[in-house]
This record gives sequence, structure tokens and C-alpha cells, in this order.
Amino acid sequence: MSVASQDTTIRTGRVTRALIYLTLLLFALFYLMPLFVMVVNSLKPLHEITSGNMMALPEVWTIEPWRKAWSEAQIGVQATGLKPYFWNSIKMVVPAVFLSTMLGALNGYVLTKWRFRGDTILFGLMLFACFIPFQIVLIPMARVLGIFGLAGTTWGLVLVHLVYGIGFTTLYFRNYYAAFPTELVRAAQIDGAGFFQIFWRILLPSSGPIIVVSVIWQFTNIWNDFLFGASFADFSSQPMTVALNNLVQSSHGVKEYNVHFAAAILAALPTLLVYIVAGRYFVRGLMAGSVKG
Amino acid sequence: MGFLDIDNTTKSYGPVEVLHEIDITVEEGEFLVLVGPSGCGKSTLLNMIAGLEEITSGEIRIKDQVMNGVHPSKRNIAMVFQSYALYPNMTVGQNITFGLEMHGVPKAERDKAMNDVAQLLQIEQLLDRKPGQLSGGQRQRVAMGRALVRNPDVFLFDEPLSNLDAKLRVDMRTEIKKLHHNLGTTIVYVTHDQIEAMTLSTRIAVMNGGYVQQLGTPKEIYDTPSNLFVATFMGSPSMNLIPVKLRVDGEAVVAETESSEGDTLSLSVPNPSARLKSYNGQTVTMGVRPEALTDAEGADHRSTHIEKVLNKVTVTEPAGSDTFVTTTIGGAECVARMRADTEATPEEVTEFAFNMEKAVFFDPKSEDRIV
Ligand SMILES: Nc1ncnc2c1ncn2[C@@H]1O[C@H](COP(=O)(O)OP(=O)(O)OP(=O)(O)O)[C@@H](O)[C@H]1O
Ligand SMILES: [Mg+2]
Repeated sequence: MSVASQDTTIRTGRVTRALIYLTLLLFALFYLMPLFVMVVNSLKPLHEITSGNMMALPEVWTIEPWRKAWSEAQIGVQATGLKPYFWNSIKMVVPAVFLSTMLGALNGYVLTKWRFRGDTILFGLMLFACFIPFQIVLIPMARVLGIFGLAGTTWGLVLVHLVYGIGFTTLYFRNYYAAFPTELVRAAQIDGAGFFQIFWRILLPSSGPIIVVSVIWQFTNIWNDFLFGASFADFSSQPMTVALNNLVQSSHGVKEYNVHFAAAILAALPTLLVYIVAGRYFVRGLMAGSVKG
Repeated sequence: MGFLDIDNTTKSYGPVEVLHEIDITVEEGEFLVLVGPSGCGKSTLLNMIAGLEEITSGEIRIKDQVMNGVHPSKRNIAMVFQSYALYPNMTVGQNITFGLEMHGVPKAERDKAMNDVAQLLQIEQLLDRKPGQLSGGQRQRVAMGRALVRNPDVFLFDEPLSNLDAKLRVDMRTEIKKLHHNLGTTIVYVTHDQIEAMTLSTRIAVMNGGYVQQLGTPKEIYDTPSNLFVATFMGSPSMNLIPVKLRVDGEAVVAETESSEGDTLSLSVPNPSARLKSYNGQTVTMGVRPEALTDAEGADHRSTHIEKVLNKVTVTEPAGSDTFVTTTIGGAECVARMRADTEATPEEVTEFAFNMEKAVFFDPKSEDRIV
């Protein structure tokens, strides 16, 4: 790739090049500043923050705030740290991402390769789900969870995120599979593969890029969600975001800013990790559907 | 009762009927080519045989078994698609054996079948590659391998050569013909290329607008097209169509037309039918293939009805083996196929020889051939 693109890159003079890099560097610094402040202050004892300069490097380096944020900080009534809530989030995110991606793939497959009467209308309605604001479903959703006996549970949150996510994942997979040659499906039919065999053996193995897109999108959205977590979870199932809020908002004692910074980084870490690991596939996957079609 | 019967079959999409009462019987070992212009319904008919499209009315039978509603995988057919439709995530070997695997054939047997087919098509060295790493011709072979390995009753091909370049197309054409010759399987083959149709088939169905215009051997289709559509669609350069006035004189029939110089040309028609005679005094369309309109030296020696006329040449197009000479007869532009070293020169009058044994006549209104 890089070798081939060399001839086509626009040739620029040295001065222009230096200017470009300088501008990019400035912007990078600008965007990295908050992260810098957070990291630096999470590694300081509290008095250095309250008495000193937010921008300064720590005089005494310590990981105590991190340890405290993870396992000791007072959240709600108990001093458990973020640890249990982190696991709550994981227990919610993993099944919700997996199920919404799989169902989205299945929907995309049916909507493009097993056309039926009214399929476009159905797809339109599913798209509509992407635009429903969270707030207006809060009360009906609470009712539904109550009826299913899922109120306040992790599985209740999984259900909520699943329902909300399907609209997006279906959109992704439908557009991706629309560009997938129908002749392949027909060939597989002649070869004797059934509905699910075609899905598993032919379509899914070719869906890598769009699965990455769907997983990243769903993971960040569900992990970062606050409203549903705050509305539908109880103490045993509260996700990380809600716990972070409770920690920062807690009214008793001194405000331990260094612990808050560490907790905030901890809460953001998984999404950051997902982006670093799979980020470059994200753009590629988004492009794949549009360019091919 | 043939091997494959297409019996009064129609196909409609909603209120639109795209195939009208198709009736074709294919015998075992035949190579039937469906040919016609784009959108005439060739693929639709093939997909109906394969079971990929529903049959609106009528019946399709293979070996006397009614196939309506039978799943594609249970018809014992195999299909080669225009885009080859190789599974991109599987190796060539897996592509070839996927169908067997789906039919529950044990691994050892699958591997044996795969190796046999790979040997037959000379793709043994490709078995571990992915389709993305193959050239067009190699993909074509793999697609055929996938069809062959199933050992089906009927092979269906949908324009399998149209994605290849000209040279490879000719090579693969020969290979398909060889394959058919060696294996003797029944083949239904779709193409819009009339040369492919002529060279490969044992019989051709020429289709247009959802109708089968003519069903017959390549020779029948070429020499005695049943209507003007078939006459012009098959053959390249296409058949010359000259308006002529028929004059009956006892047993003899003469077709009269006008040369480029304004002279009347009288061409006597051998063995005229009674139908043809009934057109006495009327203008009909005479069809003459370019190879039946030549220079005097190039005319068919065995023909007993060569009519020589003088006419002015418009254009000459040397094509290596022959020279195509364009002229105007009876107001219609005609192409004559002359020897490569013909003396014909543009804007000069030269001698043209009509082989009247090969001339056919069409009713200008119904466009059907007058038999
Ligand atoms: N799903 C469909 N709905 C409505 N009409 C269709 C559908 N599929 C095909 N047709 C129509 O049926 C007719 C025959 O189509 P078909 O694909 O069989 O043509 P073809 O002869 O294979 O043409 P080509 O040489 O371009 O492949 C066309 O007029 C097409 O518009
Ligand atoms: Mg077609």
C-alpha cells in the first residue's frame, strides 16, 4: 500500500511540510492536554493538587489514587471502589454487544438475501429506532422491565441496550450485505446449504470489517451510557459510569480529586483500548460497505 | 418425454409476464444453448430450471420427475454463474467440496472426488489458494470444477465466459466443448453471444421478449431462420435483407430488384414452394447471408443457382481471410463476403454472385419466413 501510494502523494516543499507538521503537532497537544492533566493529577498526592498547580508534574509520584479508586473509594454506602461496578459493566457490555451484533447480522442477511413482502418498510421502521431519543422510552421501558421481572438487573440493561442497538447494527449489516453478491447465496443453495449454514459458512466469514464496526460502535455506546444505567440499574447492577458519577458527586468527606481523576481514566480505559486495538479496521469497515456498493 | 422437459412454462413478476409458454424438450447428452438479446428472459428460464426462481405456471421435469417446488439442492443440477460465485473465504479445494459436504459425503470420498476433478481440469496446484488469488480463467475452471464434482444430471451455465478476455474466451469455449464431448452430460447454456451459441450447441433456442423464436440445430437456425429476428440476430455480419418483387412465370419464380445503377435485376428462385408462388406480384424480403453473396470466383461451385449481377461497391473492408464488400441493392445496404484478393474497389462497378440456393424469403408484414 504505502509503496504504491508514493508516486501519487502530493509533493510539497520543505517549508510547507514543516508548517503542516507544526500545525498538526499543536492540535495534537491541544487535544492531549486534558488527558495529560488527568494522568498527571491522578499520580499526585491530594495536597499537591489543592495547594499547587494542575499542570505541574508530581513532586512525589504515587499510584495510591489508582488503588483507592479501584478498590477502596466510597461509592454510595460502601467503600468498595470501582471494581464491582467495572465487572457490572463488563457483564452488561459483553452480552449486549455480542447479541446486538449477531442479531444485526442476521437481520441484514434476511433483509438483503431473503427478500419478502414489506421488507423495506420493516427496515425503515428499524432505522427509525436509531432516531428515538432515549428520554421518551424511559418510562415505558421501566414498565416492560418490570413485567419481565428484569428491573434492576444486569440482564435488564442488556435487553435495553440490545433493543436500542439493533437499529444501528441492522443498518450496518444490511448495507454491507447489499453489496455482497447474491449469486454466492444462490450457489450455496444449489450446493445444498440451508438458511443458517449459508449465514455461518458464507456470509459471516466475509463480514470481518463490518463486525469490527458494529462491535466498536456498540461497545463505546453501551459502555459510555449513563442514562439507562442510572434509570434501570440498582446497586447490584450499576455500571461503571453511574458509579463514577456517584463517586464524584458524593457529598461527605474531602473531595479527593486525584482519586476522581484516576477513576475517570479507569472508566474510559476499555473504550480507549477497543479503539487502539481495532480502530484502524473501523474506518476500513465503514468504507467497505459504501465503496463496493 | 425427454431428459429435461420445459412444459408450457410461464413466469410472471407481479402482473408482468416475462416468459410466455416456453416449451422445450432436451434429450440426454444434448447441449442446448439459450441465446437472445439482453432482458429476453434467458437467465430467468435457467434459474427456473435450477429452482432459484419459482415457476408461475406450467411444469419443468428432469428425468420425468416434476421439479416444481423442489429445492435447488435436490434437483441434481449444478450451475456455473457469470461471476463464478466462488466462496471468497474458502480455498479452491473447499469451494469444490462444499456441495458434497452439505450433502453429507464423507471426507475421504470428498477428497477423492476433488482430486479427480482437479486433475481433469488441471487445477491441482491451485487447491490451497483462495479465489482472490486466481486469474479469471483459473476461477472459471474452479467454478466448473465445483459443478463437475457433484456429477449432476444437468449442467446449467449462465454466460460463463462473458467475463473473460477475447482470447481466453475462445480457449475456454473449446474446453467446454471437449468436456461435453468427453463426459456426455446434458447442458443448458445461456449466452448472448451468437458465435458461442453456434459453436457449442447441439441445439439452439433463440429467444426474444420472453418467447422462443426458434428451436433447432445450429444449421437449421442459420440456414432457415423462422423469422426476421432470428435471421438478423444469428450470424455476423448479419444476413442481408433485400426487398424484392416476386414474379411467377409457370413453374419458375423470379425475384426482381434494382441495382445501384438503376438496372432491373432478375434473380431466379430455385425450387419455389407453393406458398412462395402465392406472393406473385408482391414485395417480400429476401434474406441472403454474406457468404452467399460473393465474387464470381468465390461462389460455391456445387451450387447450381448462381446469379451474377453488376453493382457499384461502396466500401471494402479487408479482414485478412476475407474482404467484406458493402454495396447497395434494391435500396438496402448489403455486405458481400469476397476472397481476400478480390479486385473490388470502392466507387467502381464489380460483379457480385448470388447463391440463390441459400436465399430465404420473409413476409414483410408478419416477418415470418415463407416456407
Ligand atoms: N425480480 C424481478 N422483478 C421484475 N422483473 C424482473 C425481475 N428479474 C428479472 N426481471 C425482468 O425479466 C426479464 C428477463 O430477465 P433476465 O434476467 O432473464 O434477462 P436475460 O435474458 O438473462 O438478460 P441478460 O442477457 O442481460 O442477462 C427482464 O425484462 C427483467 O427486467
Ligand atoms: Mg442473464
